[in-house]
Amino acid sequence: MKKHELPQDKGSLDNFTREVCYVKNKDGKYEKGLSTGWEAKQVALDNAWEEIDRIVAETKQEVLDGKVSPVKYYMELNVMDLPVLAGYTGFFGWQIKRHMKPSVFKKLSDKKLQKYAEAFEVSVDDLTNFKR
Amino acid sequence: MENFKHIQTAHCENGVTVNLLQRKGLDFFNEPLAFGIGSGLFYIHIPFLKINKGPAISFRSMPGAIFKRTCKVLDIDVVHKKFRSKEEAECFLNEQVDIGNPVGCQVGVFHLMYFPKAYRFHFNAHNLIVYDRQDDNYLVSDPIMEVTTSVTREELEKVRFAKGPFAPKGHIYYPEKVGDVSDELLRKAIVKGINHNVRDMLYIPSNRTGVRGINYTASQIRKWRAKHGEKKAGLFLGQIVRMQEEIGTGGGGFRFLYAAFLEQAAERLSDDRLIKISEKITQSGDLWRDSALQMAGIYKGRITSQKDFEHSADILNEISALEKEAFKELKSFKLKY
Repeated sequence: MKKHELPQDKGSLDNFTREVCYVKNKDGKYEKGLSTGWEAKQVALDNAWEEIDRIVAETKQEVLDGKVSPVKYYMELNVMDLPVLAGYTGFFGWQIKRHMKPSVFKKLSDKKLQKYAEAFEVSVDDLTNFKR
Repeated sequence: MENFKHIQTAHCENGVTVNLLQRKGLDFFNEPLAFGIGSGLFYIHIPFLKINKGPAISFRSMPGAIFKRTCKVLDIDVVHKKFRSKEEAECFLNEQVDIGNPVGCQVGVFHLMYFPKAYRFHFNAHNLIVYDRQDDNYLVSDPIMEVTTSVTREELEKVRFAKGPFAPKGHIYYPEKVGDVSDELLRKAIVKGINHNVRDMLYIPSNRTGVRGINYTASQIRKWRAKHGEKKAGLFLGQIVRMQEEIGTGGGGFRFLYAAFLEQAAERLSDDRLIKISEKITQSGDLWRDSALQMAGIYKGRITSQKDFEHSADILNEISALEKEAFKELKSFKLKY
């Protein structure tokens, strides 16, 4: 990549930083260049977030329909997957999967709910009184 | 601390390595050297692991490898510590910064509030330097940023004890004793770094790694559209582009950074053949950028036929062949130090 080809597009790095890229200068030698961003990757990032938002909305509806428990909703909201949530709660993946069933979730002890509340940084009440 | 010099780099771990080694007297040290000596270049289509049900791909070696390998070949003693207890972790950090010893810390970025929201995923292998503290704040030099910043005490504890894959467990590290790095030792380190990279790119017995890994990804891309539909397949391509071009790579999946290293290596080893290889890796970086543009056309919904997916895959096959040729040549040089 030549220095004059380094893209300077707007995006998520605005008001944060410019990023270092390695580019060839006029003499054909490498040097550091600063870029504000590149549209090609910005679109990829935007799409990824759109997909996350879609899944969060879908999961919210599933909770309201009584198909899954709020554990699943908050997991998606926090962009977590099972290994990450397992790390934050200390539960095993299979336990979390069970806790995602509304029938099992209803019987969870306060202690277990508290662990989820801490992992998601919400109150136990937010978990048990799921609102629209 | 007075006169702390912030250094911005493309990649966080390179940045921490360069900054801490410069402080210990290696004035000449720079990012391409750290990346090349630490043999940071790689390619892996990670088996079994899925991210958002899509491909998990990495263009660099394991987190922590660059600092470790660089210090090892330069005969530098390093201190690495992980902690069970948050109190101990904080205590150790305070001791170091209070005696004026800036340290590298591994952190998760999900709770790192100075990062823009769009970048805060559960990625636990980010690296930064803590160089001082004031009241309830720590002063931070994050190598990917243009300027220094700060975090609160609670925030730092949270990111140092982020959970999930690659959980940092308070990981703190710094070079302790840096001896005299002679020209000879540096040349040896450069050659070792190159040889290690030749091995990683050509000879790991797996079709998911190195130049063969790139072909593996290409073969997957050819199947995605029929298997997952246009939208999902497009999201998967977006995921590749993000891993490849996201902040921290120096562009073109670290290839430009490696080409910059080979340019320096040619000079340090007085070996012009390396310039030719540097140019090949540059060409490869440019092709990676082309493939990103092609893939972007797909996930923007502009071009979505099977032919367009095939074209993306074709570019990756071309890259694989080019990198294979480059690393084979590097091997054939039988570099001496």
